Amino acid sequence: MPDRAPDHTRPLVEVHDLHVRFVTREATVHAVNGVSFTARRGEVLCILGESGSGKTVTLRTLLRLLPARRTCIEGQVLVDGQDVLAMSTKEMRELRGGLAAMVFQEPMTALDPVYTVGQQIGETVRRHTGCDRRAARARALELLELVRVPSPERRLDAYPHELSGGLRQRAMIAMALSCDPRLLLADEPTTALDATVQVQVLILLRRLQRELGMAMIFVTHDLGVASEIADTIAVMYAGRIVETGPVAEVLSNPLHPYTIGLLASTVHGQPRDRDIDAIRGSPPDMRHLPPGCSFAPRCSQRVAACLTVVPELRFPSRDRMAACLAVPNSI
Amino acid sequence: MAAVIAQIPVLDPRDCGGPQQPLLIARDLRKHFPVKGARGKSVQAVDGVSFTVRKGETLGIVGESGCGKTTLARLLLHLVVPDAGELVFDGDAVNAPDGLSVNALRRQVQMVFQDSYSSLNPRMPVRDSVAFGPFIQGKQKPEARELACDILAKVGLDPDLFGARYPHELSGGQKQRVNIARALATGPRMVILDEPVSALDKSVEAQVLNLLRALKRQLNLTYVFISHDLNVVRYISDRVLVMYLGRVVELGPVDAIFKDPRHPYTRALLASRPSMDPERRIEEPPITGDPPNPIDPPPGCRFHTRCPFAEAVCEATDPTLELWQGPESHIASCHMRDPGSGHSQAGNA
Amino acid sequence: MADIVTLDRPLDVFAEQAPPATRVRGYWQSVFYRLRHDPVTLVFGAVVLAIVLAALSAPLIAPFDPYKESIIGRLKPFGWGGHLLGTDELGRDMLSRLLYGGRVSLSMGVVPVLFATLIGGMLGVIGGFAGGRVNTAIMRTMDVFYAFPSVLLAVAIAGAMGGGIGNGMLALTMVFTPPMCRVAETATTQVRSLDYIEAARASGASTAMIIRYHVLGNVLGPVFIYASSLVSVSILLASGLSFLGLGVRPPTPDWGLMLSTLRQSIYVVPLVCAVPGVAIFITSICFNLVSDGLRAAMDVRM
Repeated sequence: MPDRAPDHTRPLVEVHDLHVRFVTREATVHAVNGVSFTARRGEVLCILGESGSGKTVTLRTLLRLLPARRTCIEGQVLVDGQDVLAMSTKEMRELRGGLAAMVFQEPMTALDPVYTVGQQIGETVRRHTGCDRRAARARALELLELVRVPSPERRLDAYPHELSGGLRQRAMIAMALSCDPRLLLADEPTTALDATVQVQVLILLRRLQRELGMAMIFVTHDLGVASEIADTIAVMYAGRIVETGPVAEVLSNPLHPYTIGLLASTVHGQPRDRDIDAIRGSPPDMRHLPPGCSFAPRCSQRVAACLTVVPELRFPSRDRMAACLAVPNSI
Repeated sequence: MAAVIAQIPVLDPRDCGGPQQPLLIARDLRKHFPVKGARGKSVQAVDGVSFTVRKGETLGIVGESGCGKTTLARLLLHLVVPDAGELVFDGDAVNAPDGLSVNALRRQVQMVFQDSYSSLNPRMPVRDSVAFGPFIQGKQKPEARELACDILAKVGLDPDLFGARYPHELSGGQKQRVNIARALATGPRMVILDEPVSALDKSVEAQVLNLLRALKRQLNLTYVFISHDLNVVRYISDRVLVMYLGRVVELGPVDAIFKDPRHPYTRALLASRPSMDPERRIEEPPITGDPPNPIDPPPGCRFHTRCPFAEAVCEATDPTLELWQGPESHIASCHMRDPGSGHSQAGNA
Repeated sequence: MADIVTLDRPLDVFAEQAPPATRVRGYWQSVFYRLRHDPVTLVFGAVVLAIVLAALSAPLIAPFDPYKESIIGRLKPFGWGGHLLGTDELGRDMLSRLLYGGRVSLSMGVVPVLFATLIGGMLGVIGGFAGGRVNTAIMRTMDVFYAFPSVLLAVAIAGAMGGGIGNGMLALTMVFTPPMCRVAETATTQVRSLDYIEAARASGASTAMIIRYHVLGNVLGPVFIYASSLVSVSILLASGLSFLGLGVRPPTPDWGLMLSTLRQSIYVVPLVCAVPGVAIFITSICFNLVSDGLRAAMDVRM
């Protein structure tokens, strides 16, 4: 990988008009339909969406972790100025684990069960830095201490199934951090964890992100998790980003009807004698998306135009965006 | 505080004992699963759990993985036979010689399972899956099918549109509605809901919760609602039971539990909930470590390995649950609440 | 405080807006749909059908009497005197013997598999559903038979019982029952742990009801696929038994037996002697390919 002088003015990740389709004999799934966003150094971007919104596919496209044969990708994805979609296999391998690393949802399946934790972390270190076994082990120990694993020397020689869920996730985070990535991608890393463990891992991730100055893109479906970890939040629905902004503003003053509905329907201290304000209907079938705004069939504020025209992006203030005709444009 | 029973239950024709008699009493339920290969060791899934469920209320059961709540759900329906302890349904002992048979229990109690994907037979149309229960309990097939269509309409699925569909054609929320319909098809008085909304998206979760509330009112049901999500439990329950490693650690009315948690584990659990306010994030984890393995539970109080207030007495002896003195009582199982335990904080709480 | 809603007011406020967009299609309909769009399987399926029909209608289409011998017309090549495929070592018409022999060979292929599916399948479902000691008893008994290579076992059993078509079928049934039992047991065990079985138990269903309504439908798929792949093996094994003299007795036509008796004449009319072998080969391979196609069609990700 050619050495580039770090350009601190550019965002670390730039995605322009990304479209991802999965083509099978029976149907074409339009997973991502025109997604654009940026992520800056030292910032945590949270992509919030429900299942089928395209958030995981978007994240995996950044490292091209999608099945090659069935996938059709269009658009531009730049990581640190390099075009990810045009990279060769060798360059891709340098990128993965090197500049950008990923933490997955299920640590039990993301870790190889026949190798110890120390061996797996060491393998990543050796692959990217070319050092010897002993140095790799020392680095692995250092990393386990960084992620606050108790008794790290003993855990180095533990197999994944011997560790608890929280420890396994910490081991996976250690593996991701092993080569000082500047970009950390997290695909719902706390969804499978218990509440008391989830809060520990979130605090850990936040601390590490701040200390190491990484950019982090965190995918989740949980508003609470987003409120705990994000600086900026991007809400996705049916393969499109419908709203972005600083997390405090989006949560206190949502603009897009979907975000409003999501906030109202999230169970959090509602009075017990009244129904929750649920969003009507169900998410669209990603194989047959309706024309126009994908949320229109469920939207209480829709007008005729919403059903025929994909809403353009509106920018009501400098750092807010909403893809809705009802939102005024101030720029 | 508002009365815990929000309504006076209409008496079911099968009722015996009136509204004052608890619908379900569980006494000292115990279930240990032997571990294959490790002689003498067992997974102590449920280890001495006792509680009551009153007619017309919703009892919420919360806990993290390994606490035994799923095993408890299956014990209540005798899908798993308890090693010890007893169940009393509306005054009749279950599986006792002169009490209620397990089959009779299953006519009055039903369950909604967690995983909507594996809880429906993939080769059966939805209407047949729902009609299976009434068919087993003696109805003829056409009558059972009609009942199924009726129930599907009640849960918000148009039977003409959805009746002939197969589970793989439905979304998660729709599958869960079918599960609820299946549980209600036989006309039970009590429904055990094992994490019914955990696998659903948040927007669908809200719909299903509203549905459950309405069905409870309409069909005069009693719920046992098991979940790991505290916010959902707070919304839907009248009383809450907190479990840890197979034991009950706290039990009480929902407002009392959430405003004044008495067990250190309950406090940690409540403090682990995300604040939903980015200005007031959680800075320090309220508790460290993972829930321990139910195969080798710690001696004494099972929570002492993670408890910030643990002392020598906590490792030495098991705390007992305080005496239950009626439906309003708020009890916890902690040495700090027992004046004679020897804990330095005992009697101060 | 909430009102008590009377039982006859409908809950239309919850009505779902969007029904699923796909057409209603059951499992077997999906299977047929896939098969219709799979040309390879269709072609070979047609060949299988042709072979079966030809064998069934042998009395109608056979040009000669398969038992009529002829001293002068022995071992004649293709086309001699109206015999399309020549004559065998006793002067009998090859084509007619092939058609009549097909009946024997095909039935020795299908019948043992049928019985093995019924017996083995039943044992497998019982073992898989019961679990524990019952399962262990059944499966370990099957393992005893499974330990022997199938050809050896078939030969040993048929030989011990003295040959003949009935004993041959019995031997093959015993050979195929253990693997069929294993397939059924695996499928049943997988299904048994799923929640809808628990739900059926919770609604009060007896074991027999649960097996009938919930287990069988889900187990039938893998069992059927495996059975269809066994037919091709069965044809081969049956021909092998006949070849060794442990199957039908002469003069009944049977492909394996024909292969055996024509062995010495291979230097005289090699093409004619190869005909029964080619018949065995084609039939077996066609069944095999159809079975593969069925597996692909039935392995529906639902």
